[in-house]
Amino acid sequence: MEITMENPKKKDVVLDSIVDTSLKKTPKIETKNIKVWYEEFNAIKGISMSIKPNTVTAFIGPSGCGKSTFLRLFNRMNDYVDGFSLEGKIKINGQNIYKKNVNVEELRKEVGMVFQKPNPFPKSIFDNVAYGLKIQGIKDKQLINDRVISSLKQVGLWEEVKDDLKKSGLALSGGQQQRLCIARTLAVEPSIILMDEPTSALDPISTAKIEELIFQLKQKYTIVIVTHNMQQASRISDYTAFFYLGELIEFNKTKNIFTNPEKKQTENYITGRFG
Amino acid sequence: MNNIQKNRWKDQAFKFWGIFCTMIGLVLLTIFIGDILIDGIRRIDWDFITDLPSRKAENSGIYTALMGSIWILALTTIIAFPVGVAAGIYLEEYAKNNKLAGLLEINISNLAGVPSIIYGLLGLEVFVRIMNLGASVLAGSLTLSLLILPIVIVSTREAIKAVPQSIKDASFALGASKWQTIWHQILPASGGGILTGVILALSRAVGETAPLIVVGALAYVPFAPQSPMDEFSVMPIQIFNWISRPQAGFIENAAAAIIILLGITFIMNGIAVYFRNKWQKKWK
Ligand SMILES: Nc1ncnc2c1ncn2[C@@H]1O[C@H](COP(=O)(O)OP(=O)(O)OP(=O)(O)O)[C@@H](O)[C@H]1O
Ligand SMILES: [Mg+2]
Repeated sequence: MEITMENPKKKDVVLDSIVDTSLKKTPKIETKNIKVWYEEFNAIKGISMSIKPNTVTAFIGPSGCGKSTFLRLFNRMNDYVDGFSLEGKIKINGQNIYKKNVNVEELRKEVGMVFQKPNPFPKSIFDNVAYGLKIQGIKDKQLINDRVISSLKQVGLWEEVKDDLKKSGLALSGGQQQRLCIARTLAVEPSIILMDEPTSALDPISTAKIEELIFQLKQKYTIVIVTHNMQQASRISDYTAFFYLGELIEFNKTKNIFTNPEKKQTENYITGRFG
Repeated sequence: MNNIQKNRWKDQAFKFWGIFCTMIGLVLLTIFIGDILIDGIRRIDWDFITDLPSRKAENSGIYTALMGSIWILALTTIIAFPVGVAAGIYLEEYAKNNKLAGLLEINISNLAGVPSIIYGLLGLEVFVRIMNLGASVLAGSLTLSLLILPIVIVSTREAIKAVPQSIKDASFALGASKWQTIWHQILPASGGGILTGVILALSRAVGETAPLIVVGALAYVPFAPQSPMDEFSVMPIQIFNWISRPQAGFIENAAAAIIILLGITFIMNGIAVYFRNKWQKKWK
């Protein structure tokens, strides 16, 4: 069975922050009592949450609490980790993504990922963005061309690189590289984008550009972002999830988490008293 | 003497010891090459390369042995390159954590240390007798392929290991399958390392003598091989043959042939270094 491919563009784009989200649409991502082990080590201890479409959700929490582990469940990037095992259910677009016959490659076209350290391929800028299409077997030069250009435009890189698309992706600055990596992900037209500390290796200006970009991408995509930067979480996210030692302590509208957290642990963490 | 002085003294002592050790190697190599050059360089001309072997030293050439070496080299490449690289990819990317792979790994490292004459005996039994290939170029190439396979496999794995995990992650995250990731990312990125390993392994194969003698390569072959099933000789065997003759003319021939063999090895190593540098540059 395949993961159904929704075209995010055709969906009605309603501003989530205004309309009460509980009234509309099924969750984009839904987890039920998720537990993860690395060998004997219980890294995630039973987390249930649901993430609504066209929202930005921030994962925060001290180092080692399981944010990356949890995030990487959504595109099954933990599958090849030694000793990894999982219990519980994760549904994306209503489909259980850990069912036996799920096509993982199809899933990853639907759920894109941006990593902490910019990791462009040692190929040209053009080939970096076109890679996801080429491996799908798309040969239509016009289509690839258009998709590369529109992806580079979306991340605001087009003006900077349009004259040297043949240049190596590695020749760009760190911030440009990270935007290239985002463009590469967009070219495949996923509906969910996972970002694991995408700005932690970047300077403040590049960071601001990427935050701005995330804000725009929300129109079309559902975004889940791991960050250690509290200001960043409060600036760009609609929802915030606070993790601690493999558990989800609190998950709520970002506004509530940062102004009026329910749990003492959450308050201590965001005010910098531990973690 | 206080501690700092002591350490400084040790430092100096070790430095001179290091220079001395390096010099031993270099000086001996220089003397050897110089000696060979003096003995043989005058003998090298086009006739020496194109002449067939002969009973008279002045008329003898290395044509058959050179052609034999080239045939052996080409066939060994055709056999060992794809097999070794495929095995390396399999062990590194597919069979990483199973028990069989662990067992294979230990065996392969051990194989790399087996004396080459043992491979000759294996080749004699399996290729020459059981498979009935006779003392042919093919039997020799198969034997040498076995000999260099461990080196090719190990260097392929090392080259693949050096590809950053972040690149593989990026490829998988875009929906690439394992094979696509290997083909489009891992192989291009590790190609320099793999080629370097293969060429170095081959340059070892050109110099091998013992296993080919066991397989039945001849010291005297009247004609250069025309097909993989023909009998053959190779440069090192020809050299050995000439050296063991009493006449001074043959000693000169041997020296000249050694120069040519060394030239071939140096060129191959040079190509290996070239590839390594070229690939490294691309990655910086
Ligand atoms: N491959 C692995 N093998 C074994 N244990 C692992 C592995 N990856 C992560 N862990 C453990 O699982 C726990 C959660 O790790 P994870 O990387 O998800 O934390 P994190 O919240 O993302 O931390 P950080 O903020 O430092 O990135 C940690 O205790 C870590 O040591
Ligand atoms: Mg992490």
